[in-house]
Amino acid sequence: MTQTAVAPPAKSDKPHESASPLARLRDPAWYQRYGVYVAVAVVLLFNALFTDHFMTADNFRTQLVQVAPIVIVALGMALVIGTEGVDLSVGSTMALAAAFLPLYLGYGLVPALVVSLLAGAVVGAVNGALVSLVGLQPIVATLALFVGGRGLALVMADGQLKQIVNPDLLSLGTGSFLGIPLVVLIAGVLAVAVAFLVQRTTFGRQVVAIGGNRSAAALAGLPVKRVLIGVYVLCGVLAALAGILATARLTASDPSSLGTLMELSAITAVVVGGTPLNGGSVRVLGTVAGALLMQLLRATLVKHDLPDSTAQIAQAAIIIAAVYVARERRSR
Amino acid sequence: MAPPEAVPQVPEAAGDTAATVLEARSVSKRFPGVVALDDVTFSLRAGETHALVGENGAGKSTLIKVLTGVYRPDGGELRMTGEPVRFSRPFEAQQAGISTIYQEVNLVPLMSVARNIFLGREPRNRFGLIDFARMHRETGDLLDGFGVRVDPRRPLHTLGVGTQQMVALARAVSVNAQVVIMDEPTSSLEPREVETLFRVIERLRGQGIAVLYVSHRMDELYRICDRVTVLRDGRHIHTGDLADLDRMQLVSMMLGRDLSEVRRSGVTSFAAEGHEAARTPVLTATGLSSRLQLHDISVSLYAGEVLGLGGLLGSGRSETAKALSGALPLDKGELTVDGTTLKRLTPAAAIRAGISLLPEDRKAEGIVPGLSVRENIVLAAMPRLSRAGVVSRAKQDRIVDIFMKRLRIKASSPEQKVGELSGGNQQKVLLARWLCLEPKVLLLDEPTRGIDVGAKAEVQSLIDDLAREGLAVLLISSDIEELIEGADRIVVLRGGAVAGELSGDDVAEDRLLEVLADHAPQPADRDPAAQEDPR
Amino acid sequence: MNETKPATAAPAPAAPKAPAARPAAGPEQTGRQRAAELLQRQGVLAVLLTVVIAASFIYPTFASLDNARGVTIQASFLAVVALGMTMVIITGGIDLSVGSVFALGGVLAAWASQYGFLAALLLPLVVCGGIGLLNGFLIARGNMAPFIVTLATLLGARGLLLALTDEGATTYLVPKDSAFGELGQGSVWGFGYPIIIALVLFGAGGLVLQRTSFGQSLFAVGGSSDAATLMGLPVARTKILVYTLSGLLAGLAGALNAARLSSGVTIVGVGMELDAISAVVIGGTLLIGGAGSISGTLWGVLLLAVIQNLINQIGSLNSSYQSVVSGGFLIVVVVAQRYLARSRRST
Repeated sequence: MTQTAVAPPAKSDKPHESASPLARLRDPAWYQRYGVYVAVAVVLLFNALFTDHFMTADNFRTQLVQVAPIVIVALGMALVIGTEGVDLSVGSTMALAAAFLPLYLGYGLVPALVVSLLAGAVVGAVNGALVSLVGLQPIVATLALFVGGRGLALVMADGQLKQIVNPDLLSLGTGSFLGIPLVVLIAGVLAVAVAFLVQRTTFGRQVVAIGGNRSAAALAGLPVKRVLIGVYVLCGVLAALAGILATARLTASDPSSLGTLMELSAITAVVVGGTPLNGGSVRVLGTVAGALLMQLLRATLVKHDLPDSTAQIAQAAIIIAAVYVARERRSR
Repeated sequence: MAPPEAVPQVPEAAGDTAATVLEARSVSKRFPGVVALDDVTFSLRAGETHALVGENGAGKSTLIKVLTGVYRPDGGELRMTGEPVRFSRPFEAQQAGISTIYQEVNLVPLMSVARNIFLGREPRNRFGLIDFARMHRETGDLLDGFGVRVDPRRPLHTLGVGTQQMVALARAVSVNAQVVIMDEPTSSLEPREVETLFRVIERLRGQGIAVLYVSHRMDELYRICDRVTVLRDGRHIHTGDLADLDRMQLVSMMLGRDLSEVRRSGVTSFAAEGHEAARTPVLTATGLSSRLQLHDISVSLYAGEVLGLGGLLGSGRSETAKALSGALPLDKGELTVDGTTLKRLTPAAAIRAGISLLPEDRKAEGIVPGLSVRENIVLAAMPRLSRAGVVSRAKQDRIVDIFMKRLRIKASSPEQKVGELSGGNQQKVLLARWLCLEPKVLLLDEPTRGIDVGAKAEVQSLIDDLAREGLAVLLISSDIEELIEGADRIVVLRGGAVAGELSGDDVAEDRLLEVLADHAPQPADRDPAAQEDPR
Repeated sequence: MNETKPATAAPAPAAPKAPAARPAAGPEQTGRQRAAELLQRQGVLAVLLTVVIAASFIYPTFASLDNARGVTIQASFLAVVALGMTMVIITGGIDLSVGSVFALGGVLAAWASQYGFLAALLLPLVVCGGIGLLNGFLIARGNMAPFIVTLATLLGARGLLLALTDEGATTYLVPKDSAFGELGQGSVWGFGYPIIIALVLFGAGGLVLQRTSFGQSLFAVGGSSDAATLMGLPVARTKILVYTLSGLLAGLAGALNAARLSSGVTIVGVGMELDAISAVVIGGTLLIGGAGSISGTLWGVLLLAVIQNLINQIGSLNSSYQSVVSGGFLIVVVVAQRYLARSRRST
């Protein structure tokens, strides 16, 4: 007894493609999909008209550099959310990666980077194993490392802020290539890579299929557990990379405050970017735009002398609105 | 849909309202694309045990949900003792005296027996706090009345399913119910527990409580029910005294076949002649057993044949198909494909061995609604269509193009989302998903259910073609014509065990109905327990 | 309003999701099951006692009355927050906003204390209760995921707090010798009022949870939301109420903290939601909802406080070991819960 379907009409083949532009504006799905781009455009337009010194290369450079770590973390988060999961531990993972850096910089930049990224991978593997093998809810599974990860980072760093003097690492944070800051370049390349991963690789398509219908994916012979672990590992590694880049920019390893509330920013970027929280779809470009939107919004408020508190309240309202719009589409 | 109509029965005239407690008049309920209930009228009398029967999709569950306030009907009205009533929540139906116990016990597993029974109406002491002493005492008394002895303090989940069912029943009755609806109450009970349940039903009858008893177990219906209502395809087919119908008549009404009618061939799109089957089986399953669901089932499938799997709802058809595709955890049994025994039984291993399953529940287990037609088709074949983990669009497009043409999948483009397609086209997409793997064995669980007539004919002739091309096909269908005309051989299941096999000239409706409605006692080893979903 | 929309509800009662019917064991509860129950219920108390006894032998300073006073007063604020969190988690939800709401409650109380005792107590309760109400409404009526809603209000409440304090630059002080200040600093036999208030609230919470219909419906909603709806319980109202309660308790805890510190410190409460969740889960409440106890939470809070205190006693240890330990505990407890639940179902 699994369905009441009797005789669905034969004629429901047509997609609702003929919707008029006006009807489209009333369709929450449209907002979920394209709302973020419209919002970015509106914010830019507003600033072009009313804000001095906003539409300048310098300002954009600053904004992009600031948003880059969020984008990198959000890319991993988007993959996790695509599987109907969530990773609360990303901020702690950043701190952990930052804490490992100074410990291994003595052996050179590459070993330090490898160790830091590996730490992220381990965190991700633990999360993934708890979700897929033990069968815990993602929130529950990632909560433990959310709590413990930062503590571990602080323990390793002995609760201290450590100055970074390695010039190679610092150049990661401050250097630029063809006028584009390295940090931004890396975020851009990763966005393209993740987009490629999602759109064009077996793994990416399996992620989306598992998020869209897990039991159908399992019945179709997809390696559900392996894919889930892979997704969390990827998310951990990306978070670790974001931690490294942020540390390089700060010129200091600061495990106590690096990445706090990052999980919130990343989830916001993903959700505002139109990826539904109940999985089955990953919008990479939307995620980047979502992160950008929140960044520009904050910058706009700051430039108009509105305090940070207003920005936070606005961000909270936007998250609620984005989730609310996405909720309308839930029809399973 | 099967055109022949059963004996047109005029629904009970509402003449004898004196005894009528609950009445549904011309009730209709539509869901997007589906008419689940179409002008259904029926009534329940005080003190009667009334059977409600029908195959999948007949509208039983929808009717129950309308009666219990889970759904609001789109048309028609409900009456309690003659007065029109409207329920907007389950709570209101309960207040009105309609209690329901479900197949899956709908209580809170972690809470104690007493707390479950009194949830939402706990007795209070003079401080306004819950009076546990009284609650436990009353629970004990209540359950004693049912012949069940259990500590009211025990968490519900530590009890056997049968006892849990009794607790649910105790709750249902203790809220001053006039009507108790039982939705497949015995599907997870042991024989002993079934007896207890029947005793309780007898008691309810004595108290003038009407019982609406939903079950597909003929034995039980004939033992305890006074009257029966048959639904099919959302429509009311028959209401009358059960004693006036024999099993054959009842089964044929449920299935929409009338014995008096001459068997007409060519109703389906299957070719008249059978297929040439190979000599050695391509798939052999021996002794498939899964606690409470399958009991020592052995079947062989030969290349080039269509093997029908018959049986009424809950007979273990879908579970068998799932077991054959590695999707049902087994206690015992093995699968051999082309002489090689599969070591690990997982869907992935079965697919690698060439076994593909088209699952019964298209929405929950088949399509990924948010993905495109193309992606749904290549989902299982993706690793084969990619190099170094990068999917090859060219290869995909080629395959998708071939199958969209061959199966005549109607979509605006391969990029259209599958969720937007009609049921028939969704089904074809799933067929394409499996066919592009070039399987040796294709297991089809209700491949034509819920799809329109045109698509149904296409799927049927496709099944024919596939068998002719040398594929071994297993066909499950509640549509009896489809089974008879489509299959070369039919294995009939009952209670999770093989009840008989029809081949050659025996593959005929009357023979099938005979085996389905078997009067003989159930096989001794039959465990009458759960046939719910394996998860 | 109808909670079960036809579109979302599975069309048949036999929908495979329904977790209600578990193929349970025979009629008798096995010894293993009982052991599992006992471990779940009293495990944390045993650990707490072991730690306390061991520490008393090793660190003489630990077993002093002064130290006990210090530990309990520190724990009392978290305890009040964790009380609300326990109820939220029992319904299968989560409230991440409590840390921010705690801080906001403190700032509001400190600001309002210039207008008297009642104002200092009521203003934070009204505002924080309102935030909880908003959470509950969005979750229950808006059908949105608890974690994302409360994550947003975490941010919003912190924003509100910053807006009230000139971006954190202003710290409102509680007038000296005011009745409100006394609420935080006064004591009975050296045990501060906040401790007593927390204990009273835990007693009341226990009664509400175990001995009222509302408490029962919390368990039912968390244990099986579908069953609760079918049994006619007001599921949405219960959820709204429980988040409101959580907001109220967090606000109250913040106010008490402000009274104790004599000022509305703006930087408190960061990460407090994690401590509260850890305490609740370590106390044996299932994170998936449906089971839990107030007393367990109390032991969980005390265990965390004792560990913190011990780390301080040892001195050489970094204070961040605290979160490592609670993170470790958390993993052990949730994984153990998962396996205990499995073994309970499949014997």
